[in-house]
Amino acid sequence: MSTVTPALLNNTGSLRNYVGPRQILENTLTMAWRGLLKIKRTPEQLIDVTVQPILFTLMFAYIFGGAISGNVQQYLPLMIPGILVQTVITTSMVTGVQLREDMDKGVFDRFKSLPIARIAPLAGALLTDTLRYAIAVTLTFATGWVMGYHPAGGFGAVVLAGLLVIFCAWSVSWIWAFFGVIARSASSVQGMSMIILFPLTFLSNAFVPADSLPSWLRAFANVNPVSHVVTAVRDLANTGQIGMAALWAVVGAVVIVAIFAPLTVRAYMRKA
Amino acid sequence: MVSTSRPTELAIEAHGLVKLFGNNRAVDGVDLAVKTGTVYGVLGPNGAGKTTTISMLATLLRPDAGEAKIFGFDVRTEAQIVRQLIGVTGQYASVDENLSATENLVLFSKLLGLKGSAPKRKAAELLEEFGLTEAAKRPLKNFSGGMRRRLDLAASLIAQPPLIFLDEPTTGLDPRTRGQMWDTIRRLVAGGSTVLLTTQYLDEADQLADRVAVIDKGRVVAEGTSDELKSSVGTAALQLRLVNAADIPAARELIRTTLGVESAVSAEAARLSAPMQHAELVTDLLVALRGDGIAVAEISVQQPTLDEVFLALTGHDTGATTDAPTPELETAR
Ligand SMILES: Nc1ncnc2c1ncn2[C@@H]1O[C@H](COP(=O)(O)OP(=O)(O)OP(=O)(O)O)[C@@H](O)[C@H]1O
Ligand SMILES: [Mg+2]
Repeated sequence: MSTVTPALLNNTGSLRNYVGPRQILENTLTMAWRGLLKIKRTPEQLIDVTVQPILFTLMFAYIFGGAISGNVQQYLPLMIPGILVQTVITTSMVTGVQLREDMDKGVFDRFKSLPIARIAPLAGALLTDTLRYAIAVTLTFATGWVMGYHPAGGFGAVVLAGLLVIFCAWSVSWIWAFFGVIARSASSVQGMSMIILFPLTFLSNAFVPADSLPSWLRAFANVNPVSHVVTAVRDLANTGQIGMAALWAVVGAVVIVAIFAPLTVRAYMRKA
Repeated sequence: MVSTSRPTELAIEAHGLVKLFGNNRAVDGVDLAVKTGTVYGVLGPNGAGKTTTISMLATLLRPDAGEAKIFGFDVRTEAQIVRQLIGVTGQYASVDENLSATENLVLFSKLLGLKGSAPKRKAAELLEEFGLTEAAKRPLKNFSGGMRRRLDLAASLIAQPPLIFLDEPTTGLDPRTRGQMWDTIRRLVAGGSTVLLTTQYLDEADQLADRVAVIDKGRVVAEGTSDELKSSVGTAALQLRLVNAADIPAARELIRTTLGVESAVSAEAARLSAPMQHAELVTDLLVALRGDGIAVAEISVQQPTLDEVFLALTGHDTGATTDAPTPELETAR
């Protein structure tokens, strides 16, 4: 008769059939650490968040600036927040694609056989990606600064606006993660995500004032959560004020996470 | 909250496990009983359902029917507990290709709850044990198949789980590395672990496993100790080639008196083949042959192959491309 004596089970040393919140957090942070190591190994995966913000900011300013606001300088306060939100939310799409590629690798089999929080491999990957968003936010504001955009709201307000964008991108990335889990291949994740992403970012007030849109489009742009984020960033950066838009942006983000995080984890576990 | 392990003699207990992939009954009613502290071999050809069976026992796949308990804990309803009791080394290495060997082991140690400097220490200790210290910092992309397997096994042992699943641990390894893997497995068992391993090689099951289940098309077709299994399909055959074909009748007579069995002849090659139940009697036979002045040109032992085991147990072969049994052997049985 031998008894089971696993040397190392969990913090309390006894067998539990559930995972506590503290372990969920610890596992998620460890998984995020894995993501950072991967970025260190293959820094080229940061290309999109370094080149894209600079390129897009310059391009949009000089293409649309004259047409919309008369000159580029006057367009910047309208455009930089728009381009910021658009760029960061677009880069968040990479999350789903990378997750799909990652899940096809053998290491995910081991994650599934370990006594860890099921959500940790997903949540960790999404957490690592906030670093990518932070890079994109910084570079967009920096490019704007070089072009002559000096936000009237001040530095603190700009930081707050940046954090809001990062939080919203993180919440939207749960949608891409869901596609990443249910899709068969990385390219189909991209396809599915595009269908959602384009209307969401372009049918908004990101590049033009909403009242310049035809009425049916304006109706959509006004309820589009992306518009709220853009407006919130404009309020913060240009006037230093936290308006209703910021509240709606946060509420929208929380709702997305509340819907898609459980959906994603369920789909992930079913696939397992 | 379940505070202690339930006392049980059985590390694995499975009844009527079924897994369907579409219409394909990959596992079709498998029963298993594995005693704690033993090595259990699951033997079967490609597509028999070995990996699928392990996946269900290791909570990676949900069974479509049947039930399985690990140390008395249900794989479905107590999956999180089961995961605390097992280590899984899959058929294909499940380590992170983007990280170094050390980083992999540190990652899994952290996930298993080691804190502070403990993950680094554990990683170094395991790398040392598995002879990977030299390669600790190298990217996994440059690892050989054997190194990858060893790292994979090391990763499964971090938490010192009482039950270890090894899915084809030696497939694709060269003979020397294979021998090292066998030694490692023996060491694990000596340390009190229970091991369930799958293999396509009869001799591997023979060398390592206390009991063996032969599975085919998702069903257990035979179960027992490897000796029982082998005797159910015939024993190894002793093959002798004589220098002089004229000695054949005298040699057959000696085989009859010393080994107590009839031998088969293929006269044109001056070859004799006899079932060999007791290897130690072969010495007597050789002494007797020399005493009678019968010169032996060649002597060899032919083990029953997995193909023959299958042929005997299922009435069809493995479908693998191994050679058909030699005619001499057919007559020897
Ligand atoms: N994920 C899957 N989806 C569909 N069919 C599968 C899947 N995994 C396995 N199968 C099928 O189930 C059967 C059993 O496969 P399994 O991998 O368990 O065999 P195995 O004994 O491990 O074979 P091998 O020696 O080749 O590893 C095969 O017919 C295989 O094609
Ligand atoms: Mg297999």
